[in-house]
Amino acid sequence: MIEIRELTVQFGAVRSLNEVTFEFPMGTCGLIGPNGAGKTTFFNALSGFVKPKTGSVRVFGTELVGMRAYRRARWGVRRTFQTEQAIQELSVFDNVRMVHEQSASGGKGRIAAIGRAIEFVGLASVANKPVGTLSAGERRLVELARAVVGSPKLVLLDEPAAGLPDEETRELSGLIRRIPEEHGALTILVDHDMDLVSSCCSTTAVLDFGRLVAVGPTSEVLRDQRVIRAYLGDEEVAS
Amino acid sequence: MSVKTAGTRTAGATLQAIVPPRLWRDRSLLIGAIVVVVVFVAGPLGMNSYWLQASTVAIVYALIAGGAGLLVGRVGLYSLCQIALTAAGSWMALRLGFGTSLPFPVIILLSGAFSAVLGIIIGLPSLWVSGLALALLTLMGASAITLVLTVIHFPNGGDGILGYSETGQGAPALARPLIGETTDGYFRYVLVVAAIVFLIVWLHLKSRPGRSWAAIRQSPASAQAAGVNITLYRVWAFLLASFIAGVAGGLLAATGGIYITQFPVQDSIILLAAVLMAGAYSLWGAVLAALLMKFIGAAFSIWNVPPGLLLMLFGAGILQSLLQSPTGIFGQLSTDLPKLWRRIRRGHRPAEEGRA
Repeated sequence: MIEIRELTVQFGAVRSLNEVTFEFPMGTCGLIGPNGAGKTTFFNALSGFVKPKTGSVRVFGTELVGMRAYRRARWGVRRTFQTEQAIQELSVFDNVRMVHEQSASGGKGRIAAIGRAIEFVGLASVANKPVGTLSAGERRLVELARAVVGSPKLVLLDEPAAGLPDEETRELSGLIRRIPEEHGALTILVDHDMDLVSSCCSTTAVLDFGRLVAVGPTSEVLRDQRVIRAYLGDEEVAS
Repeated sequence: MSVKTAGTRTAGATLQAIVPPRLWRDRSLLIGAIVVVVVFVAGPLGMNSYWLQASTVAIVYALIAGGAGLLVGRVGLYSLCQIALTAAGSWMALRLGFGTSLPFPVIILLSGAFSAVLGIIIGLPSLWVSGLALALLTLMGASAITLVLTVIHFPNGGDGILGYSETGQGAPALARPLIGETTDGYFRYVLVVAAIVFLIVWLHLKSRPGRSWAAIRQSPASAQAAGVNITLYRVWAFLLASFIAGVAGGLLAATGGIYITQFPVQDSIILLAAVLMAGAYSLWGAVLAALLMKFIGAAFSIWNVPPGLLLMLFGAGILQSLLQSPTGIFGQLSTDLPKLWRRIRRGHRPAEEGRA
């Protein structure tokens, strides 16, 4: 599980995260909120890209605050970004290998782990093709393979379905649901697509203006009046 | 979903099919080996001493361009101090050559190590800055090296730590190895050293450092999120490129008398321009950059063409690259030539296709 305690991230006078406290159990969990709510800042704080002013982040009992970004990745924190990050000139295999070889020992186990990740996302037939020759959907899957290769403990998915058609989003949601069971990683999904969040996440937290608005079972959270108000605004809700 | 279809197609794909072929089965390695053998055997034939000397210098510059291309094309670091580091390598090679009786290969390696140390010092800002700021900082570092070398001069067999004597014999060259004493022999010697260095760089690019560099160039944040220690790999890249520049400087010191005027600071800018124009993403691009830089330069000097025209030519080349082919001339060739070959084999006629 992941325990967030009074996490505050401040840029100058702006508090992007304001004393956020909640827990996520093992499984696939969602983090939603309007634009500017602090979702990506939360991911950045978990990844080690921004230093929290106060607070702690414990994942399966290990404190992450204070650990350097690349060491967190080697420990087992993986993430995808809103923009595509798969390396165009490398093959699918080498993209996934690049992540795995940073954190795990070599040998035959490595090849098998990379192979499992590529087969998990269904790209075995194009494993040796350069990523630049693949479709947008396939490139997204390469990023997912990079996130799950080896033994990740925490997988952070930042709008993985952005720009994908509905059918591809549905199939991606199937893969996301399988991550905790097949790869043993707690998965946190940030997305504006509520259907995707509902279909993947057992537990969901809602941020608005850097504060935690609600946390709990996804179906209940999405019906919460405070959450509806955060998305639509007070006037829209009243009308 | 197209990707899912692909996955379904290969549900039974074995691990064997996913694993890429072994490095030694890479086609580019075979092509490189063939080119080296052909140039080794046939290169010096039919060339007079002027062109043989120009070719030797071009191979040395291919090494320098390879280092610059590694930094720019693979790691995304714009360094403008490679020529100055080459000069530093030449200085160290001459100092060791006149002051000790070390074998030539050891002198070359120590020259590389000397430039590598200097390169790391100059490249340290790359840990905090990149792009234009890094280019300017490295240019300042290059100016500092050039200034120091102008003051202390290249060693000419004099005494003391600097090895320079006002009454010395001009600028004597570094003694060549026994197997490379003749112009032909030294051409082949330099070719073999260049082949070994390019092989080392190629092995880097095909293994963990190369993949880590590619990740850093794509996005430092994404690389960190993948577990890449960007400090380590940026320093590593600077170290390797600077070492290569130092080795090149050592080789250059044995081609003839060395003067500081051979290493103007602006040559680093011309080198970068040539690398970007020829193709910074490929080692062949580095070879092409050196050929363009040195052969066109040598031809211009025979034809009494003003050397400034070379800069204008490279400027036009960069403009063409930026507008038409970001991967440079070699990148464009490697895309277009196979297409052309396929058309020739098929007997393809675009005009007929258009009518159809």
